[in-house]
Amino acid sequence: MPHLLPRHRVGGEGGFAALLLTPTALVIGAVVLMPLVVTFAYSLMNMNLLSDHKGAWVGGANYAGVTTSTWFWASLGRTAYFTAVSLVTETVLGLLIALLLNQKFKGVAFLRSLVILPWAIPTNVSAALWKWIYHPEYGVLNAVLSALGLIPTYQAWLSDPFGAMNMVILADVWKMTPLAAVFFLAALQFVNKAMYEAARIDGAGAFRRFFTITLPFLMPTVLVIVVMRTVEKFKAFDLFYVLTRGGPADGTKVLTYEAFLRGFTNLDYSMAATLAYLIAFLILGLTFVYLKVFKTQAGVQDE
Amino acid sequence: MKKNFVPAALAGALISLLVLSGCSPDKSKGPVTLNALFMKQAGYSEEDVTSATKEFEAAHPGTTVNLTFVPYESLEQKITTSAEAGTYDVVLSDGPFTAKFAKAGLVQAVPEIAAADLKDIFPGALDATVYQGKSYGMPWMNDVKYLYYNKKMLKAAGFDAPPKTLDEMVSMAKAIKAKKLVQYPIVWSWSQAEALMCDYTVLSSAFGGAMFDASGKPTLTSEGNKKALAFMVQSIKDGVTNPKSTEYLEDDVGNVFAGGQAAFALNWTYMYNWAKDPAKSKVVDDVGLALVPGTSEVASATVNGGQPLSITKGSKNPVEAWNYILYLTDRSFQKKYSKNSLPIWKSLYTDAEVVANNPEVVAVSKDQYNYINNRPKVPFYSGFSSQMQVKIQEALLGKKPVEVALQEAQTMAEGLAAQN
Repeated sequence: MPHLLPRHRVGGEGGFAALLLTPTALVIGAVVLMPLVVTFAYSLMNMNLLSDHKGAWVGGANYAGVTTSTWFWASLGRTAYFTAVSLVTETVLGLLIALLLNQKFKGVAFLRSLVILPWAIPTNVSAALWKWIYHPEYGVLNAVLSALGLIPTYQAWLSDPFGAMNMVILADVWKMTPLAAVFFLAALQFVNKAMYEAARIDGAGAFRRFFTITLPFLMPTVLVIVVMRTVEKFKAFDLFYVLTRGGPADGTKVLTYEAFLRGFTNLDYSMAATLAYLIAFLILGLTFVYLKVFKTQAGVQDE
Repeated sequence: MKKNFVPAALAGALISLLVLSGCSPDKSKGPVTLNALFMKQAGYSEEDVTSATKEFEAAHPGTTVNLTFVPYESLEQKITTSAEAGTYDVVLSDGPFTAKFAKAGLVQAVPEIAAADLKDIFPGALDATVYQGKSYGMPWMNDVKYLYYNKKMLKAAGFDAPPKTLDEMVSMAKAIKAKKLVQYPIVWSWSQAEALMCDYTVLSSAFGGAMFDASGKPTLTSEGNKKALAFMVQSIKDGVTNPKSTEYLEDDVGNVFAGGQAAFALNWTYMYNWAKDPAKSKVVDDVGLALVPGTSEVASATVNGGQPLSITKGSKNPVEAWNYILYLTDRSFQKKYSKNSLPIWKSLYTDAEVVANNPEVVAVSKDQYNYINNRPKVPFYSGFSSQMQVKIQEALLGKKPVEVALQEAQTMAEGLAAQN
């Protein structure tokens, strides 16, 4: 009902509102929008500081160069492996922990707050922690496993390219499983208890009740976790930076680390910008797919 | 009146902010503030730099120097991201960065120093600051790798003197291993990191190889490189090199050696004080220091780990910055603090005070500095280094034969050279 408001007040307030928004707009423009645009421009230029042809427009050549290279696909493969394995492990473990913590037993409140602890630790701190746990000479993992007689001699856990990746995944799972557990636990609070009662009377066992009541009910939560964590895992950087620096033999060189190296060490800003945009496009694509799946799922449930 | 106050004040604040950040006052007159970036670990300590800086400020009224200390690992990135803006005027650089920073225009060429002074600096240290005939810094911290050996183990195996050649070192190591004095006699820093490139530079140079020729063309498939890499692979196969070396950095090498778990180790100067420190070391009385063993081609070879001071492109006070650098690299500073880092000046190596501070290290380093090799001085070194590390490790871990790894490295290096 804009016509009901006094005319001069509209103009005055509008102007005032615009003025109040200006600082925020300037800040967002300067630190978010401009870098986005400049980065995109860099991905279309030769911005290798060490090149004799710096500043030349190259169009899609950077994208073509990256997507036809073997290192990009190898790096993408490692990123996908890291994302998939840690995501599945975290989700399954998180669900099991949530189911356990959803029971009523003595000390459950204490356990519920304890389980959140790894998640509360900053990633680079937990990465430094794991670096010590995996230490080939003084690591607690070696000490524990050899004391239990599970390994004959101390192992260099991060020395094998594929093994190192799995060790990074273990560190990530340790830290992020609590998040999944808390999400599931929250969702479980809203399950209709009467349905279990009914199912029990109808003679459904524990497994049957889980797969026909609990799991379908938790599907939206699963999807939230999957979407959110995929995005974060594709961007994972600090864990790799602290634990392995992409090594050994490139075994843990994921896309973000590749982009970091090319930008800040090799001074090839165009390549780093191209990779940054490719990562963003990939995440966008994945999110789109997830949303599609989510909608179909929701549709099925409604019917 | 009142209604307009808030927006007016906001606009005013905004304008003054923009003006303040946009224009800087004329600095040619009046007090000058320099910002300097140093590192936290190794070499001259924070206290050394801080107290020398206070002396400099006292001698140059009107000039203040703000000091920032960061870990070595952050130096390169700090310089890269701040050089254009001139956030720091003086930065502690590193030999392998010189070509890159110079080509990318991140550091300024520095004035020439007197011919007499030039002659008094070790050529290898000086060379690390030069790119295409121009100098982009002044050598400041001096460092090379030495051979450390465990005197007790050598004696127990029947050897009175450290090895002169790499072959001799391996045969000594085999004897030590046979006597079960230690499981793996030699330890290196062969982790996928710059540390690996340092050791590889030593070995490649010892076998008469070079990674690049004088014109910057890669020569990774040369005989010297093949021999060096084959030597590394074989020493792991023979069980004389600690297999965990492929995961070790310099600190790990220090831990292993100081823990009495190695007969031989290659490391920088800093490990000497460490291995001699009863609180940290089990081998305090057994530490031997010697020239890095050579081959039939060279008597010895080592790698330059010295770090120069440079002036960033964005510095608005290059004259004062250079004065500050000259102050810190002066003989008097380098003499006073020689306990923590050996001087760049040859003449100081006969100075009684310097010798008294570190007699054993000075005695060896005097010779060792004549066998300095710099890591390849190509602008694309960082990219080359990170991929070369992978190639070397693929050979070390037995994933690829030596020849294949080096051929792939050559192709990779040619590709990088062509991009520039």
